[in-house]
Amino acid sequence: MKKRDIILITAILAAAFAMTFFVNRDSTEGESLRITVDGKEYGVYRLDRDQIIKINNTNTCKIQEGKVWMVRADCPDQICVHHKPLDHTGGSIICLPNRVSMTIVNSRQTDTPDTIVS
Amino acid sequence: MSRKIKKITYLGLYTAVAILLGYIESLLPVITAVPGMKIGLANLAIVLVLYQFGPLAAFMVQIVRILAVGFLFGNLFGIAFSLAGGMSSLIVMTLIKHQTVFGITGVSVAGGVTHNIGQILIASALVKNNQIMYYLPALIVTGVTTGLLIGLLCMEIRKRLYKYD
Repeated sequence: MKKRDIILITAILAAAFAMTFFVNRDSTEGESLRITVDGKEYGVYRLDRDQIIKINNTNTCKIQEGKVWMVRADCPDQICVHHKPLDHTGGSIICLPNRVSMTIVNSRQTDTPDTIVS
Repeated sequence: MSRKIKKITYLGLYTAVAILLGYIESLLPVITAVPGMKIGLANLAIVLVLYQFGPLAAFMVQIVRILAVGFLFGNLFGIAFSLAGGMSSLIVMTLIKHQTVFGITGVSVAGGVTHNIGQILIASALVKNNQIMYYLPALIVTGVTTGLLIGLLCMEIRKRLYKYD
């Protein structure tokens, strides 16, 4: 391994570390769950009410004791089902094959997120 | 053996190895700390081709690998997704290798990181959710780790492959 490789690796790791400061992870307990499908809002649900939500027959998620997780998805990879339950603002579970995204929000910030310009 | 036949044989072999490595990776239990996290074992074959036969051959092997793995074990959606990661990582690896100041480990690390970044950018564009960017730092760190291991492996393999060149 060349010395410059080590410099490159250190620089990349430093950039990743610096990025964690910009990505502001709000660790307050979230209040609501916003589900979007294909970028369009599917619904906003309160976290203090235990319930099971069916999303378009492709996914099913469950809210219990202020936490939310995906219980079923019809996609082959099942990444969203294995994802750990969410309870903090800003946390999200995404089912990429079905374009389903679940994000914890505070009720005061239930406006739609900025769209991504690519 | 003529040079051309040797090249064709090697590329076929590397493509088979890349597909097999992709299959082995799909058998491993998913470590889902971060969605989109991948070991990128197939990159081992791609880096070796890039060093032995240059960028054009590496691009061909990469495209054949993604299409074959996609149609065998995935779907069209997965193919588009892998192409985004695979192509961005290969472009960056080619550029980094061209600078000659970096060794095979640096090239592999850069490839691993850009593969993950490329995939998460496509993912966040598709679900139109920029919360997904929370995972970016973690994905960069995993990309560095796997890229480093694969780079070191490539270095050892190349030492031994010279004998058959």
